Amino acid sequence: MSIVIKHLSFTYSAHTPYERKALENINLEINEGDFLGIIGHTGSGKSTFIQHINGLIKPQVGEVEIFDIKLTPEKKPKVNLRKLRSKVGMVFQYPEYQLFADTVEKDVAFGPKNLGLSADEVAKRVKQAIEMVGLDYEAVKDRAPFELSGGQKRRVAIAGIIAMQPKVLILDEPTAGLDPFGKEQILNLIKYLKTHCSPTIIVISHDIDEITRFANRIVVFNDSHIAYDEPMQQLFKHSRQLQKMGLDIPRAVKVVNNLRARGVDLGEEIVTAEDLLKAIIKRYNEAHSTDIDENAGIFDMYDFSQKWLTSEQREELGLITRKEEPKDEKSHKVGKKFGLKNDKKIKPAKKEVESKSKDKEDKE
Amino acid sequence: MREISFGQYYPVKSFVHNIDARIKILITLMYMVSVFFIVSYTTFFCMFFLLTIIIAISRVPFRIVFKSINGLLFLLIFTAIINIFFTSSGNVLLSIPLGKLAINITDQGINFAIKMALRFSLLVLGSSILTFTTTPTELTDALEVLLKPLTYIKIPVHDLAIIMSIALRFIPGLMEETDKIMMAQKARGANLDSGNFFKKIKAMLPVLIPLFVSAFRRADELADALDARCYNASSKRTKMKTFELKVTDVISFLVFTALIVLIFLDKYYIGGVVQAPDLGGFEVQGLDIFVHRLIMKITG
Repeated sequence: MSIVIKHLSFTYSAHTPYERKALENINLEINEGDFLGIIGHTGSGKSTFIQHINGLIKPQVGEVEIFDIKLTPEKKPKVNLRKLRSKVGMVFQYPEYQLFADTVEKDVAFGPKNLGLSADEVAKRVKQAIEMVGLDYEAVKDRAPFELSGGQKRRVAIAGIIAMQPKVLILDEPTAGLDPFGKEQILNLIKYLKTHCSPTIIVISHDIDEITRFANRIVVFNDSHIAYDEPMQQLFKHSRQLQKMGLDIPRAVKVVNNLRARGVDLGEEIVTAEDLLKAIIKRYNEAHSTDIDENAGIFDMYDFSQKWLTSEQREELGLITRKEEPKDEKSHKVGKKFGLKNDKKIKPAKKEVESKSKDKEDKE
Repeated sequence: MREISFGQYYPVKSFVHNIDARIKILITLMYMVSVFFIVSYTTFFCMFFLLTIIIAISRVPFRIVFKSINGLLFLLIFTAIINIFFTSSGNVLLSIPLGKLAINITDQGINFAIKMALRFSLLVLGSSILTFTTTPTELTDALEVLLKPLTYIKIPVHDLAIIMSIALRFIPGLMEETDKIMMAQKARGANLDSGNFFKKIKAMLPVLIPLFVSAFRRADELADALDARCYNASSKRTKMKTFELKVTDVISFLVFTALIVLIFLDKYYIGGVVQAPDLGGFEVQGLDIFVHRLIMKITG
């Protein structure tokens, strides 16, 4: 058990007209290796909660135990916060706004230096962290962080945290304000960090489709309480309640729910687009005794319909029938494979193709 | 989010909150000037009594109003002590020899020091009631109206008012931003509150630089937004909320004027200094003379 939170409550500006309750009797255990997603409305207490894990807020009521460090409302014994922060890394919303040094290298070195490491160790970690976030160390180390693009700045800021090599990494809205391409890169980076840097990762996000792509457990905050704490596959049994709280549910779950309402039950455990596609292909194979590969990944629905459906069926399903074949054979093929995976050298041109095929899948 | 601090607007509904902001500013100004004319303890007592009533009516808790003095307590005590040491008139109570010179503590010195402290607290309390009960927007709007005559001598009052309201509007945002950046740097192991003065300043750089960057960015964005909506400060503008005098405004203004008349009567009409023999020749001033006589009569 790496993080244990017991009976945690917190109120802002207590005993004034500005009083606002942020957390009320929160109990949670976060295990080593968890890929935890936290969702909830603005003001539901999720940001206050994660600030407790990093010792940035002292608990008012209850206690927080991180590894062997215990945070309590009492003043004594004094807690070694620096030690705590070397174990728990925190990437705030818009982390690029915290960059201050005149070169990327110095900025990334700020954290490890504060940990009191030797110069050699700091230099080693800085190089490692910059490379880990997918930037070219030699090319960026002497540049001013303010010259970089939005996505690059964010990656430098994240490098500043992972250079401290935290065991637990917390990210607050890591993709906010980025374009779809930048988002994709950050998401892939987070997945990469999970295996190569911090085994436990906690992510706050508004975008549920984003969270379901990697989380294995989701905690839902509502009105300063924890409403749900479930493995990702189980959470969306509560779709209706989640929507009542004003929270979005993944698009794939919406499709499954709509189908169920019309009498087609694809099962409970579908969360991502890929799950949905697998289930549909499986159903199709059963019904038509065909053997389409379930693990083919998401591909062009046009190809699919051309290959497996008759023109009557297509018409019945209301599928768009394109008259001419797409001219650019090459770009079309790229769209067959969904996702950018870990390919960092990907060119923006692919992005368009990918979003096109995604659109089609949504229509279905 | 920050804890509530001194001088911040306190959002409740009350008679005092409701008074026209222009009247409130005028009253406060008159009040602040007249505080310097108070001579007798009797008037001080009247003023404190009135302030207590006003605070009670305003429904701002006393605890919070008196917090505003807390921060200035050092200044208050310091000025009072200076006064004690540098007044030489009156009867010497204690003499501290300092080489050839001697510092004399006199009854008049103590008298002045106490009055100074009272004046100071009256000033702080009075002005904080204004900021507790008036929103920053009301304040700037009212100031703009009150300063209108200055436009005749080519002072851009509206521009100044808009600058002031934008500045006020930005303060909470920047505070929040500071909090956020401080947290972010603390999370990176920054040590922001230990070491000597220069070390502390150096440690604040990782907070100050991003803060300035973001302040400039915000200012830029706001300027663009104003431009995009064709904002022009020099053209004639109308207000969404206009001030209208109510009967209660006039009444509160008159009540205050009466009090100020009392203060001036005290100083210039009743005036006078009487040495009270029963107090060892201590000089009694203004209305205190009457009160002193009254007490003498009752006690015989």
